[in-house]
Amino acid sequence: MIVHAIFFYTFSLIAILSAIMVTVSRNTVHSVFFLILDFISVSCLFIMIGAEFLGMIMLIVYVGAVAVLFLFVVMMLNVVEQKNTLFESDSNGKHIPIGLLISLIIFFEVIIVIGGWKYKPDLLNSISLNISSELTNTHSLGYILYTDYIHLFQLSGIILLVAMIGAIVLTFRRRSGLKRQSYFKQISREKVEGVDLVSADSKKGVKIDV
Amino acid sequence: MFEIGLGHYLSLAAIIFAIGLAGVFLNRKNIIVILMSIELILLAVNINLVSFSIFINDLSGQIFTLFILTVAAAEAAIGLAIIVVYYRNSGTIRVQEIDKLKG
Repeated sequence: MIVHAIFFYTFSLIAILSAIMVTVSRNTVHSVFFLILDFISVSCLFIMIGAEFLGMIMLIVYVGAVAVLFLFVVMMLNVVEQKNTLFESDSNGKHIPIGLLISLIIFFEVIIVIGGWKYKPDLLNSISLNISSELTNTHSLGYILYTDYIHLFQLSGIILLVAMIGAIVLTFRRRSGLKRQSYFKQISREKVEGVDLVSADSKKGVKIDV
Repeated sequence: MFEIGLGHYLSLAAIIFAIGLAGVFLNRKNIIVILMSIELILLAVNINLVSFSIFINDLSGQIFTLFILTVAAAEAAIGLAIIVVYYRNSGTIRVQEIDKLKG
């Protein structure tokens, strides 16, 4: 139990510190790196608590895809020069106390809710999707995800498809001055316009410029 | 203190949520950092759902965390695409200089 506590405090401390560093770091690239560290430590927490499939998915999706996407955009937009000057902005820093105040108020509200919270006594009996101890976490998630939640699963696939198409449509740009292939012209070409029969005289040659 | 219960995980999620919220409020220069703070907020929600799912012994929370992961990935892709288009059009992504709407 003590080992569990030590691991929990270590990973959560790393998560909190790196979350702070994400918001206050001057360099955007450093922010992305701290975001990656945050996701890694939280996925370690997930694996430790027993949700190992989600922890691994978190690693794959966030660290493998989203963070690389962020890094790519940061690299492409050249924002390294645009420093993230949090505490020396040109608006005299008027937004800092108000922002801190609002986030602190919300934090304490959430803490108050957590502190005064209890299970309903009949909650544990009213659960339909129990975690059976024989199956692994991935097995039981798969059994539920592909039966009870199959429609939501397919809807989330549609969401990903729409996001992909939307990102492509948003960033697609038709540049001028490029030689492009026109499939319609290629397919609708006839033999008559493609081949030109010329009767050539002897020892005179044919001029073949179009 | 050494017995890690649900309250510990919920407190961690609350702290990360508040940090992400503060990041959204305080950041004035770079809109990508705001997007990363939104990712932090979603991460805090995921921690809440997973810890409830484990401690109540019900798998629905983890299923919903999967869906939140999906939506977060889609949101990051679309948001970054919008940022790229905006940068291409106006040459800046500083929060203070984005004033096309005069808000």
